[in-house]
Amino acid sequence: MSVELGHFALVLAFALALVQSVVPLYGARKGSLRLMGVGEPAALCGLVLISIAFAALIAAYVQSDFSVANVWENSHSAKPLIYKLTGVWGNHEGSMLLWVLILAIFGGLVALFGRNLPPTLRANVLAVQGFIAAAFLLFILSTSNPFVRLVPAPIEGRDLNPILQDIGLAVHPPLLYLGYVGFSISFSFAVAALIEGRTDAAWARWVRPWTLAAWMFLTGGIAMGSYWAYYELGWGGFWFWDPVENASFLPWLTGTALLHSAIVMERRSALKIWTVLLAILTFSMSLLGTFLVRSGVLTSVHAFATDPTRGVFILTILILFIGGSLALFAWRASALAPGGLFHPISREGALVLNNLFLTTAAATVLVGTLYPLVLESITGEKISVGAPFFNLTFGPLMVPLLAVVPFGPLLAWKRGDLAGVAQRLFAAFGGALFIVLLVYFFIDGASALAALGTGLAFWLIFGALTDLALKSGVGNVGPGVALRRFAGLPRSVFGTALAHAGLGITLLGIVATTTMQSEHILTVKPGETVEIAGYSLRYEGLQPFTGPNYTENRGRFVLTERGRALGDVVSSKRFYSVRQMPTTEAGIRTIGLSQLYVSLGDEIEDGGIVVHIWWKPLVTLIWLGALAMMAGGAVSLLDRRLRIGAPSRRKRAAQAQPEPAE
Amino acid sequence: MTRKQKRLSIIGGAMGFLAAATALTFYALGQQTSYFYMPSDALAAQLAPGERIRLGGLVEKGSIVRGQGTEVRFAVTDHEKSITVNYSGILPDLFREEQGVVTHGMFQPDGSFVADSVLAKHDETYMPKEVAESLKEKGLWQEETAQQ
Repeated sequence: MSVELGHFALVLAFALALVQSVVPLYGARKGSLRLMGVGEPAALCGLVLISIAFAALIAAYVQSDFSVANVWENSHSAKPLIYKLTGVWGNHEGSMLLWVLILAIFGGLVALFGRNLPPTLRANVLAVQGFIAAAFLLFILSTSNPFVRLVPAPIEGRDLNPILQDIGLAVHPPLLYLGYVGFSISFSFAVAALIEGRTDAAWARWVRPWTLAAWMFLTGGIAMGSYWAYYELGWGGFWFWDPVENASFLPWLTGTALLHSAIVMERRSALKIWTVLLAILTFSMSLLGTFLVRSGVLTSVHAFATDPTRGVFILTILILFIGGSLALFAWRASALAPGGLFHPISREGALVLNNLFLTTAAATVLVGTLYPLVLESITGEKISVGAPFFNLTFGPLMVPLLAVVPFGPLLAWKRGDLAGVAQRLFAAFGGALFIVLLVYFFIDGASALAALGTGLAFWLIFGALTDLALKSGVGNVGPGVALRRFAGLPRSVFGTALAHAGLGITLLGIVATTTMQSEHILTVKPGETVEIAGYSLRYEGLQPFTGPNYTENRGRFVLTERGRALGDVVSSKRFYSVRQMPTTEAGIRTIGLSQLYVSLGDEIEDGGIVVHIWWKPLVTLIWLGALAMMAGGAVSLLDRRLRIGAPSRRKRAAQAQPEPAE
Repeated sequence: MTRKQKRLSIIGGAMGFLAAATALTFYALGQQTSYFYMPSDALAAQLAPGERIRLGGLVEKGSIVRGQGTEVRFAVTDHEKSITVNYSGILPDLFREEQGVVTHGMFQPDGSFVADSVLAKHDETYMPKEVAESLKEKGLWQEETAQQ
């Protein structure tokens, strides 16, 4: 019964979304406050209805109601409860429902907290949100309905893909979608600005925090996905330049650019047209990502099922929204008045440079991702564009960008003093140079590339610290005053420093792992010892073990460092009986910031087993850096300046909602 | 600087970036793409040794031979021709006889094929797409090969 209720709620939500997309828009044209006022209740009701639908699907999963086709295909009564819950979005239909739920949440937030927005802007924004919701609800109802019943109901389900039976599924998709869909707010504001033909102070003050929040979630979602792939797939890699990964990375790149151009727009009311265009492009990348992952044009662990009608449907949505918004942009962008002037050497100039680098890098990633698809559909040739392509194109674009990052926050608005800034960054540069020499001459096996990469990472970290130190007046005033000034710095300054340092931390992890890791692939018999990076692993043999819905063979390794026992590392080969599918559970031991990674292969006749063992120095920094970036975003969100309108208590609570990652 | 000059300098800069990125992209596409072949196409194409390709097909029944330590040899077939692949390392979890695989590697001067990575399908309903499509083109697609 609740399943039908969920289905019904979804249909109602679709009808309501149509109302929301038309009535406020018409009201804004006619200047009717009553018609414009339809937007908020429609958005809030839509949120309630979609929540009901989502809850109905969760209930079906928890009760293991196999009369629902979606539950039957993706669940099993013996599956642990946590995976019954997360399995709701571990499939195509459920994940699309999560997508629209998050869209509805964002729409609801605009309705709730947008009371101080100009009424026409609010009405137009909610209308655009309504359009997006209507399109995706129609997609779900017509091609991907999660509420389809099976008659007769099967007794047992087919279980969830074992790779997805992991806590990562609880975190990665919701975070990623919060990021993807969060950019719909920037998009809706951009389209609303084009419809009205103007952007005002309220516009920029709104777009900036919403972009920041979405960016933060997307950063977390990508990092979480990367760590999940790292430990779950057993290949020891943290990034594969897989088209699906690129699909999430593209909106991150353009979103990062948007974040920076929105600063210029908010502070200096310059770059208006460009910011609007970036907002459109960023959400277009989100839509493209949804299309690539959900349409089945790519095969990957993310493409749950392939059905050509879905691909065509999402492609239609994609063309409609991207084409429509870009056409609107071409038609109306000239109506937006250009803003303040600035000298190329200035904070604005630095942010423009950032945008050029990021959008160009995004373009190369886009080409690398789409080129094989386009080529195959035109000529039938099947090529693959892998990591070497991206290292060769993305790398050279990122290095200069990273090198100029520390200059940005130190340059003055309007007209900066490059020589002065360079002088102030002298200590940071000296520190980074020292690190380069240290790594090159004192770490065994470090190449020049590794040394320079490490130096670049420290340059970012030192640059961020320099920014904080200079802004609190270290060197000019006494330590007591400097400390007081430090505590009184605007939070957005801390946010910037934290995010930029986080970038350096991630880079450090990437450089250390890719250039300094060691690995062994070999066969071991029980009692034999493997030496790696100063650690010894003694293989103790396989032990069988039975889990709730799988059986596994656990390979136990005793870890010692120069005779000192450090406990066991356990890696296993699992077999999920329902799906008849084996998986490898890597054994990972974190030592300091580095990790020892053990992956089991096939057993061979004489009692031995193939193992792949990696020593991954500083690998955890890759994800810790992403957490620092998220934290930077969160700290920035708490900045007084970004609180919308008058800093009343209620508004403050609203803005404080996204908590720091740690 | 006037507004016009500023705009020109920004547009000039952007064009410079775009040109650099385009050049890089074309260069990288020329260097770093690898083509997909089924065994009979790969043999017909007379590939030069050392050219990286992706070789896909089905793992031939009874062809998996374990060598010393981590070495393993198996044949990839499209039911017309087959190519023996040498690989050292851990085979994917779903690597089985008569299942689709894609291997990355190159022909050696002596005509053997050495792979540095082997990909199998992700779960029981998925076969590497290129393999599935190529088998369909050759009329060798059997539903049970894909489903199991």
